[in-house]
Amino acid sequence: MNELLVRSGGLYTTVQDTGRFGYYHMGMPPSGAMDVYSAVVANMLVGNPDDAGVLEGTYVGPRLEFTDDRMVAVTGADVPVTVNGESVEPWTAMRVGAGDVLEFAMIRSGCRVYVAVSGGIDVPVYLGSRSTYTLTGIGGHQGRKLVDDETLPLGAAGGRARGGAAVPEALRPALDVPAELRTVVGLCSYRLTEGALASFLGTDWKVTKDADRVGYRLRGGSLDFTEREQPFGAGSDPANVVDLGYPVGSIQVPGGDEPIVLLNDAVTGGGYATIGTVISVDRDRIAQTKTGDAVRFTSVDLDTALAARRDRRERIERVRREIAR
Amino acid sequence: MTEKIQLPPARYEYGGDEFVFVELDQAMSLEANFAGMAVTNALREEAIDGVVDICPSNASYMVQVDPDRLDPRELVEELRRLESTVGTLPEDYVLKTRVVDVPVLFNDPWTHETLMRFRDRHQDPEATDLEYAARINGFDSVQGVVDAMTSAPWIVTMLGFVPGLPFCYQLVPRERQIQVPKYVRPRTDTPERTFGFGGAFAVVYPVRGAGGYQMFGMAPAPVFDLSQSLPDFADDISFPNANDVLRYRAIDMAEFEATRSRVEDGTFRYRIREAEFEPAALLADPDAVNRELLEVLYR
Repeated sequence: MNELLVRSGGLYTTVQDTGRFGYYHMGMPPSGAMDVYSAVVANMLVGNPDDAGVLEGTYVGPRLEFTDDRMVAVTGADVPVTVNGESVEPWTAMRVGAGDVLEFAMIRSGCRVYVAVSGGIDVPVYLGSRSTYTLTGIGGHQGRKLVDDETLPLGAAGGRARGGAAVPEALRPALDVPAELRTVVGLCSYRLTEGALASFLGTDWKVTKDADRVGYRLRGGSLDFTEREQPFGAGSDPANVVDLGYPVGSIQVPGGDEPIVLLNDAVTGGGYATIGTVISVDRDRIAQTKTGDAVRFTSVDLDTALAARRDRRERIERVRREIAR
Repeated sequence: MTEKIQLPPARYEYGGDEFVFVELDQAMSLEANFAGMAVTNALREEAIDGVVDICPSNASYMVQVDPDRLDPRELVEELRRLESTVGTLPEDYVLKTRVVDVPVLFNDPWTHETLMRFRDRHQDPEATDLEYAARINGFDSVQGVVDAMTSAPWIVTMLGFVPGLPFCYQLVPRERQIQVPKYVRPRTDTPERTFGFGGAFAVVYPVRGAGGYQMFGMAPAPVFDLSQSLPDFADDISFPNANDVLRYRAIDMAEFEATRSRVEDGTFRYRIREAEFEPAALLADPDAVNRELLEVLYR
């Protein structure tokens, strides 16, 4: 049938893949799975290509009914998962058939769950990606989050996956808090006083209610900007700079007391001073924090950022070998 | 221009492992934008493997990199090399671009309705955004500031914030630039196609949404078209490109409505002319170059 029935859309579930690239210069962010590691590993477990379409659920996952024989795997946040009411293992490839219903209970820790189904969520590719970007309503399933009682297209299921294949505990991500976010300090960090920069790095910040795919607003301290005569074209607020590009993962502090980490669906540029960038690997980490969780920023250099990226690549390859055994 | 602006040395910064950010100046100037244009155009031509995207900005630029294919440090080395070879445009550099007529209905009823709802977030709740801009920029009337914005063309110095939003900087000396602050607190609503103004930049909002720029008017034609139904959007969902020269032209309600119906029946096309100019000549005598650009556009 190549269809998946969405019985309940959950709180905020979207179709994502590894992202849409090459449109940043015109103002379109990459979108894509917020926790890349969990999304890629879910695909591996069911025998999909790493960049196949998956479902990303937030806080409250979806309820899904299968219409044919599939492999399915759930990764990401720590949450009880059931099939037809029976408890099943996350991070494990499972066989399901027509009429089977996959469901989530309340999240214990973490924030986002990923569901991969063999054949992949086969929504149309838009500008090179199946990822949903809700701001302009493009990509994914009709450019929006899933709603109750609708149908998603699936690709033809391949036969490569092995039921019961599981990711060893050691290769599942840590979800403990405070989450440590390694950060390359810089960009316009000269706008902060020395004391403010130290305080930024020394503070345990709390994730506020404004935390979604666009960005995470944090609270817990107050940061001072150095006094200056504002440069031409920058605007009058001390946090203002001449509008510039924002890297994905960059941090800005508009009012001095509410740092914002920009994430996969963020604006691509604007007029606020950026003070550093969370390294790409640790975007997986912040994606698994939720309102009320604590995060802290650790200053690292580019070498550390690149090493962390190589390390994640190696972990992914180790998972691939474990699953193939 | 009246006073030649010397740029400080460029500042190279790593935006994590996936971005390189290069600040050409903290202040906005045509010189800074042209310098960024020179380097980003040269980099684009090199088509280096691992360069994912090249994003020119107003007085800076950003390059997105795939660190698995290209070490960001190698990219910075190459950018420094480009800065030293092409980083200041040679005197005889000719910029090939297009000049576009962009009609705007100033003081339109839709942005007026919206701005009245957000007076509590504005510097001057008693005036409209245009009246406020006229006053703080030393004009006797709203017509004066509209004339200033429509008499000389603008260059697209950056795209971004949201898809297809063009930041435009007017091709006039700094002392003739109009400047306004952003709203004291951002609005939660801005109509689609609002002609907005913040700092020294004019924009057209591609989609309805939050915004902090002053609202002066409304464009009848879109800058962003997801359905790609208009001919100007056949290749791309957004219309403006960096380095495009836009002439904002004041229109009346009759022309606004006529243009809207052509947009709606799918026959609207922007008036576009291929053009070229020397940035050095523009900096030396902006009025003469602007006259030529407008002559090409309306010939």
